[in-house]
Amino acid sequence: MATRQTRTLARFMMAPSVILLFIWMIVPLAMTLWFSFQNYNLLNPGNVSFAGLFNYKFFLTDPAFLQSIWNTLAIVIGVLVITVVGGVALAMLLDQPMFGQGIVRILVISPFFVMPPVAALVWKNMIMHPGYGVLADISKSVGLKPIDWFAHYPLISIVIIVAWQWLPFATLILLTALQSLDEEQKEAAEMDGANFANRFWYLTLPHLARAITVVILIQTIFLLGVYAEILVTTNGGPGYATTNLAFLIYRTALLGYDVGGASAGGVIAVILANIVAIFLMRAVGKNLDK
Amino acid sequence: MARAVSTRRKIGFTIAAWAVALMIFFPILYTIITSLKTEPEAIAGFSLIPSGTLESYFAVQSQNDYFKPFINSVIISVGSTLIALVIAIPSAWSMAFSPTKRTKDVLMWMLSTKMMPAVGVLVPMYLIFRDTGLLDTRLGLTIVLTLINLPIVVWMLYTYFREIPGEILEAARMDGASLFNEIVHVLTPMAVPGIASTLLLNIILAWNESFWSIRLSAANAAPLTAFIASFSSPQGLFWAKLSAASTLAIAPILIMGWFSQRQLVRGLTFGAVK
Amino acid sequence: MGNIVLKKVSKSFGATTIIPEIDLEIEDGEFVVFVGPSGCGKSTLLRLIAGLEDTSAGSINIDGRDVTSEQPAKRKLAMVFQSYALYPHMTVRNNIAFPLKMAGEDKAVIERKVGDAARVLNLTNYLERRPGQLSGGQRQRVAIGRAIVRQPSAFLFDEPLSNLDAALRGTMRLEISELHHQLKTTMIYVTHDQVEAMTMADKIVVLNAGNIEQVGSPLELYRSPKNLFVAGFIGSPKMNLMDGATAAKYGASTIGIRPEHINISTTAGDWKGTVGVAEHLGADTFLHVHTDVGTINVRTGGEFVVSHGDTVFLSPDLAKLHRFGPDGSAL
Repeated sequence: MATRQTRTLARFMMAPSVILLFIWMIVPLAMTLWFSFQNYNLLNPGNVSFAGLFNYKFFLTDPAFLQSIWNTLAIVIGVLVITVVGGVALAMLLDQPMFGQGIVRILVISPFFVMPPVAALVWKNMIMHPGYGVLADISKSVGLKPIDWFAHYPLISIVIIVAWQWLPFATLILLTALQSLDEEQKEAAEMDGANFANRFWYLTLPHLARAITVVILIQTIFLLGVYAEILVTTNGGPGYATTNLAFLIYRTALLGYDVGGASAGGVIAVILANIVAIFLMRAVGKNLDK
Repeated sequence: MARAVSTRRKIGFTIAAWAVALMIFFPILYTIITSLKTEPEAIAGFSLIPSGTLESYFAVQSQNDYFKPFINSVIISVGSTLIALVIAIPSAWSMAFSPTKRTKDVLMWMLSTKMMPAVGVLVPMYLIFRDTGLLDTRLGLTIVLTLINLPIVVWMLYTYFREIPGEILEAARMDGASLFNEIVHVLTPMAVPGIASTLLLNIILAWNESFWSIRLSAANAAPLTAFIASFSSPQGLFWAKLSAASTLAIAPILIMGWFSQRQLVRGLTFGAVK
Repeated sequence: MGNIVLKKVSKSFGATTIIPEIDLEIEDGEFVVFVGPSGCGKSTLLRLIAGLEDTSAGSINIDGRDVTSEQPAKRKLAMVFQSYALYPHMTVRNNIAFPLKMAGEDKAVIERKVGDAARVLNLTNYLERRPGQLSGGQRQRVAIGRAIVRQPSAFLFDEPLSNLDAALRGTMRLEISELHHQLKTTMIYVTHDQVEAMTMADKIVVLNAGNIEQVGSPLELYRSPKNLFVAGFIGSPKMNLMDGATAAKYGASTIGIRPEHINISTTAGDWKGTVGVAEHLGADTFLHVHTDVGTINVRTGGEFVVSHGDTVFLSPDLAKLHRFGPDGSAL
């Protein structure tokens, strides 16, 4: 549709978004890249000099670096597994006939609307606290010693909190996808003698494939940058046990005042994110074209 | 559905679903309950029945001034969403109604800017904000959140616009409408439901954004995310107060979320799942 | 005024040519129908005239003015779309008033013109409704109302009746023809339905694969189709076409004879055959007769009673036999 004139106009109207996003992407990135080759500490701002690859060497050889990569992956993969598997199960449950489905939906989706610092603080203090948390109360009532979650299983605790925030999102998307599965298809499969497991494997799961891809894509975007949950619960500790890449860079930058080092970390984070992104965009772009 | 469902089956599923739903909702529920307890009650062990006191709420307001971060949150989230809409509507229009071979790529690229880890550009952003005086201002945070959510706003509007038949816009063009009139009098009113859910969802996202809003603000512009994060220090041990502050911080958005949950799926999956 | 001239107009999208090159002249006040099978380029041609698409080459003149690169709004044309394209968020009144508002007319004038249009189209009682609350025929009339208030120099209709059921289509056909007689404004009407073309047009333009096959009045096309395509497309039921030895006897490579130009007898005739399906419509009977020269459709009076399996003899009316050469054009 449309004539040359409308097409030209269309290009103009697209320009503000594209230009703004381009600036937003390129300017800070270029600055990060520049700083990453400088010796630049905010405590000593007058003394800036070219550092070559020193910052990268410094950041990459930091023992905390490998740990933070591992932690980042653990959070992303842990949460994805929990939310996708749990989401499929929960969506299938919610897809069944029941009383009060609307309210159930509202209850299930609620955690998604809770801001990360609140979610983390509530879990840390009200649920997982070894002295006064609900889990401790339950342990005590059955005569067990309460678990000190953040001392003994810090990373798992973070994964649980983040998974709690994202499980509703996955569930809701998968439920919506599930509801678009043709009822007659299910009945036809039943007539063809497929049992529950067969129907799930050959009918339901392929039908959900697209929704699962979308869930993975969107959650990954957000999970790579988990920050507030760590900040308000463990502050990256104990030691570096819960420091992910985002948190490590934050520590280097704003706690160590080391602009150069943090920028090198930033560049590395961007590169890693791009590797993940290219991978994901390929998969999803293909999927979204349909 | 053609099949009659036995009541027993239905009751079984009802119990199972409610049990799971309540478990998921429990942390929120328990926070609300605890916010209605006194401090000694709050640490006295598990109890679902509060004394119903509002003293924690008064304490939060008088000791920490809840009101100021609340206003900051409102201004920043609503402001950034409105600005993003104004920028995004024309873009989404052109992508939906005058697509080129590259439209899909542009959309993907926009989304990919969201993949860039915020922390990767934390340092320059911090320095830019410090040097331009935007640090700890509502304006600064509004700008950042506008840019962060712009790709999602464009995407969402694009998927909604694509469902409007092009013939109607052509009819407007035949009727002598300029492009401006076409967008203001025809497209926008027709897209109101889509624009409304985009608005709602992005206010939610902006309200809950917890990296830039914490890092680029201090006493002045701190929104609720930063306000709550400050409770992670030892004073967080006052649990009834923490609960009251948390309840206040999430209540408005939780209620908005309940209303928009049906659009949420379409919106956040960019129409890929309906 | 509404005189439209297309000179060497062509249109292609990338490497695909939709319209190779067309010359066409439309007189003021004419009712012109573009007809052809789907994908023949008739809608594209209409959109080129409307200005919703750019021409790839050539020029379009309206009332002597070159409008080739003008915006649709400036061409003083009005269009009725296949989907009606009503504004769903506006009342009928505002839908009809929209073009006037865009033209900056003042309120009293708009009020009067909308009122007039509503009276002509029987919409007075529906002015405060929204399109969603109207039936298909009423929506169609609103779309027409929106077109007539502007007093355009020509109306463009893009398959306006294809979304209506058969009965309503008949009524709307009459209404549009009636409107044309009242307004005496040029109308260009696109359809794939040759019945609409035959019943409404002053002039029919038959299109095929972007080319104009023939231009003429309905009866001209019926009586003397220029080629096989037009012969096969115009007329219902379709003309019988035969080739090979049968055609050679008449000195042509293909011959055509319309079902209504065949005499049928139970005793004697040129072609002997047996009756297959007989469709009794009351006034007419359509017979599918299997003969040695192929299956031939015959239209006969409703009183002619035969049934499946009967033997009949067919003789074409030689004065109305069409003969075509090897390239498909009429001899």
